[in-house]
Amino acid sequence: MEITNEYIQQRLTEKFGDQVTGFEEPYGMLTFEAPKELNLKVLQFLYDDEVLKFRFLTDLCAVHYPEQPGRELAVVYHLHNLENNVRVRFKVFAPIAAPDVFSATALFSAANWMERETYDFFGVNFVGHPNLKRILNVDEMDYFPLRKEYPLEDQTRIDKDDEMFGRG
Amino acid sequence: MARPVRFNIKGDVKLVTEGPEGYAGEGFFATTLDKLVGMGRKNSMWPLPFATSCCGIEFMATMASHYDFARFGSERVGFSPRQCDILMVMGTIAKKMGPVVKEVYLQMAEPRWVMAVGACASSGGIFDTYSVLQGIDQIIPVDVYVPGCPPRPEAIIDGFMKVQELVGKESLRRRNSDRYKELMNSYGIQ
Repeated sequence: MEITNEYIQQRLTEKFGDQVTGFEEPYGMLTFEAPKELNLKVLQFLYDDEVLKFRFLTDLCAVHYPEQPGRELAVVYHLHNLENNVRVRFKVFAPIAAPDVFSATALFSAANWMERETYDFFGVNFVGHPNLKRILNVDEMDYFPLRKEYPLEDQTRIDKDDEMFGRG
Repeated sequence: MARPVRFNIKGDVKLVTEGPEGYAGEGFFATTLDKLVGMGRKNSMWPLPFATSCCGIEFMATMASHYDFARFGSERVGFSPRQCDILMVMGTIAKKMGPVVKEVYLQMAEPRWVMAVGACASSGGIFDTYSVLQGIDQIIPVDVYVPGCPPRPEAIIDGFMKVQELVGKESLRRRNSDRYKELMNSYGIQ
């Protein structure tokens, strides 16, 4: 059978009720969010269901929204049903003061490195990850560079002329 | 019948244009040892290319037949640091690559020289960001900087000739001097 966005939304609402919210379809791709405590349950449901079969984790990343107090960090999962070529985007939000999100490594092996990358750049603490340490940046780095309170430029350099870099 | 191509017969081609200063006479030539050593060193510099991006492509053009880096005694590009005299760092060095550059430098034997080719190796270039080393002189001492993004082969050759000038004039005792040891200590190199 053909899997439409309406069908996925209907199945999710049947299973999780009003806990799954924020349904959108930007550029035709179904996007929704759930409380962060439910992230593994939702992923497991989408994985196990005999019709939905979202069994491929395409991408996992984070976004920092400093203007949303209490839900600053969004963790975004991109899932793919390879059989029917259908994709969904699933978000959970965590406060930046306690950015604890359950790790999806038990469900998807691909989540291992992607969660390490997300930890490296945004400092999301994936509870249950087997080896949560930096993967791309130098080990000595003591901050999370893609959080928006940190300037993009290297702060150790004082002899660079700001006007030459378009920020004079 | 006259030969169609006539060259090198009028006496205006000199094979050796310059040698060290000294006293010459019938059957003898006297000069100081460091001048002779300097002449020898500067005309047989073995480069160790550390090419990470587009400046490395320009270096490949410099090595090839058109610009012919071999004219400067450097046709032997060594990929073993222990045999090379000059480390040519060409391209962006990420902070994660920094320890590798330093390790390569430490494995080279004295006397050794370093050339930073291009804006990125010299200062970080346009990559003014958290992940890029803002100039290799933060981790190893540099003798000559070549500007450009990337520099043309002529610029690389010009920089290399500047290094040759330094090498030819360097005192044999420089590497034992307190000032040199102080410089090395400032980089944490013994």
